[in-house]
Amino acid sequence: MSGVGLDPRTAPTFPMAAKAMLGDTQLRKNVRHATDVIQAKRARVVAEMPDWQQLREAGKQIREHTMAHLDFYLEEFETNCTRAGGVVHWARDAEEARQIIVGLVKASGSDEVIKIKSMTTEEIQLNTALEAAGIHPFETDLAELIIQLGEDRPSHIVVPALHKNRQQIREIFQRKMNLPELGEKPEDLADAARMFLREKFLRVKTGVSGANFLIAETGGVCVVESEGNGRMCLTLPETLITVAGIDKVLPRFQDLEVMLQLLPRSATGERMNPYNSIWTGVKDGDGPRVFHVVLMDNARTEILADGEARQTLNCIRCAACQNACPVYRQTGGHAYGSVYAGPIGAILTPQLQEMKHAQSLPYASSLCGACYEVCPVKINIPEVLIHLRNKVVQQNTAGVAGFFDVEAGAMKAMAMIFRSERRFRAAQRLGRVVEGPLVRRDGKGDGWIGWLPGLLGGWTQVRDLQEMPKETFRDWWERRGSNGN
Amino acid sequence: MATDSVTSSARTEMLRRIRAAMGGVSEAAAARRRWDGITREYRSAGLLGREAVLKLLEDRLVDYDARVVRVGPAGVAREVAERLRERAVRRMVVPGGLEVGWLPGSVEGVEFVVDTGLPVSELNEFDGVMTGATVAIAETGTVVLQNVAGEGRRAATLVPDYHLCVVRAEDVVETVPEAMARLQETAAVATTFVSGPSATADIEMTRIKGVHGPRFLDVILIV
Repeated sequence: MSGVGLDPRTAPTFPMAAKAMLGDTQLRKNVRHATDVIQAKRARVVAEMPDWQQLREAGKQIREHTMAHLDFYLEEFETNCTRAGGVVHWARDAEEARQIIVGLVKASGSDEVIKIKSMTTEEIQLNTALEAAGIHPFETDLAELIIQLGEDRPSHIVVPALHKNRQQIREIFQRKMNLPELGEKPEDLADAARMFLREKFLRVKTGVSGANFLIAETGGVCVVESEGNGRMCLTLPETLITVAGIDKVLPRFQDLEVMLQLLPRSATGERMNPYNSIWTGVKDGDGPRVFHVVLMDNARTEILADGEARQTLNCIRCAACQNACPVYRQTGGHAYGSVYAGPIGAILTPQLQEMKHAQSLPYASSLCGACYEVCPVKINIPEVLIHLRNKVVQQNTAGVAGFFDVEAGAMKAMAMIFRSERRFRAAQRLGRVVEGPLVRRDGKGDGWIGWLPGLLGGWTQVRDLQEMPKETFRDWWERRGSNGN
Repeated sequence: MATDSVTSSARTEMLRRIRAAMGGVSEAAAARRRWDGITREYRSAGLLGREAVLKLLEDRLVDYDARVVRVGPAGVAREVAERLRERAVRRMVVPGGLEVGWLPGSVEGVEFVVDTGLPVSELNEFDGVMTGATVAIAETGTVVLQNVAGEGRRAATLVPDYHLCVVRAEDVVETVPEAMARLQETAAVATTFVSGPSATADIEMTRIKGVHGPRFLDVILIV
């Protein structure tokens, strides 16, 4: 594993990457343990809430409403944030966002920044851009620090280092913090991070954050966190630069009453995470004197334009779907080749790439629906997955290419066979003859096919196919005769 | 700055894309009307009696490793002295405007310093901080601090390792929506929700107390 970021444009396909990950038993054990613990905690605190379903429904409606009036709420946020002394920037894509942020850091006169964990900065690979400009970013979230010092990559939206266990973390800290005597209790490791970062919090003059919510009504920003590293970055520096996707806006302050109940319980299984910070612009004597917000599109408007996939933007990044997903729980996050892994990653990542890359991700699901069930804002992820599979097929079989596409041709042939009873029966008879040489008998005498040629081989690559029955249901039904025997 | 022109054309372009995606400009009046139409059938007001709400707050705070004691209005200063002795705290920073009656006249070896915008390096030298709270939420075990008299700026409740927070019973509500309603008026004031001491679950999802914020939180509840 290297320090190179997860880039959907160059990542291997999901089946290839997943196969490699499935061979890493330590990783699978770590992921299984962490997702089990977090799911149990979530289930406990969600069960405490008699109105959980009503909160989910309100959450969904608030997010849908926001997307329906996104232009209005973004402008309202801009007006109110500016009035309170903030400076609002707009960035069409990752490149523009990086340029703006690097420029702002340089203008702040600092060649170091302290950073709050932010998926948006991971999405745009901000650290690489900062380093290229001679600016050193210090990740201050414990998990992000583990990732940064270990030259690793995040594998989960909320707990990015969940694939590492305490021994592995201790080894990284011993090496990078020069602490040969460090113990392996989680308390020891957290203490080491506290000592390591305290000096940086007190010294570094520029902070970079993401945002959980932008509040249009007040121009305020809300960040939720656990450790207090967020508060350090938001409060102590002279300059604060916040980067947020345009989807992060909320209409009103009151809407936090829904989100601040849904998010902590879904994300970390806590009734409330230890710290929520809400601030509006700048204030003399409290916090940074200079405050910038970068509003970033980076393909979000593409998603908005697709009516069936638009609900992807309702995501509040709690990662409950990752913890619940039977696929994620086996492969971990890196297999998705994106900072957004799991079910939400499977729909968000290809769309952020305008469906040009990560085309295998919508298939990285059994469509079991566990993600939909736990989603605090009721995103119907299976529905979007199917929609995107359709988009992938349509895109790849558009025009002349589709005419010669074997899979598309096979699907057309299947459709023709399935439309006619006569053709269907003929195909069954043919199948029984053709499969003959491929069938192997097991100990009980049941026939199995372990290999199929060509395109069909995709099916038998990871599972055996049972031989076709000697008699179909229809044959049996007809043989019974009209008297039922 | 070079980014100014970029950001202005980006702004125009992004708003254009959004409007193209949604089929037009959204009007303020329509947005307000539809926001009012959002179904909010979740609990807004709490159902518990006064005593049950206070008990819930205590339980939830304790569950996340804070300590809670109840005192009558006349006993606050004595209780503060007791807490500080127990925590072996020597130097306390306090925000301007903190209720004078809450401060013990003199505690052996304890010094109170009013925060007059001290440099962060000096804040770092204090053992603890003492504040009031704007509101407390029983259901989540949360105290809400704002930049107002008696609560002060955010850095002061962050850098020292110990936080002693005094909460009046009348400021305790049961649910999150009740708290947000109380905060609405001062929504633009810097606000911090504190639910227990600083913690992390980043290592094997085990919640452990204390990373960068105060590792120790005591709450005195005035009843």
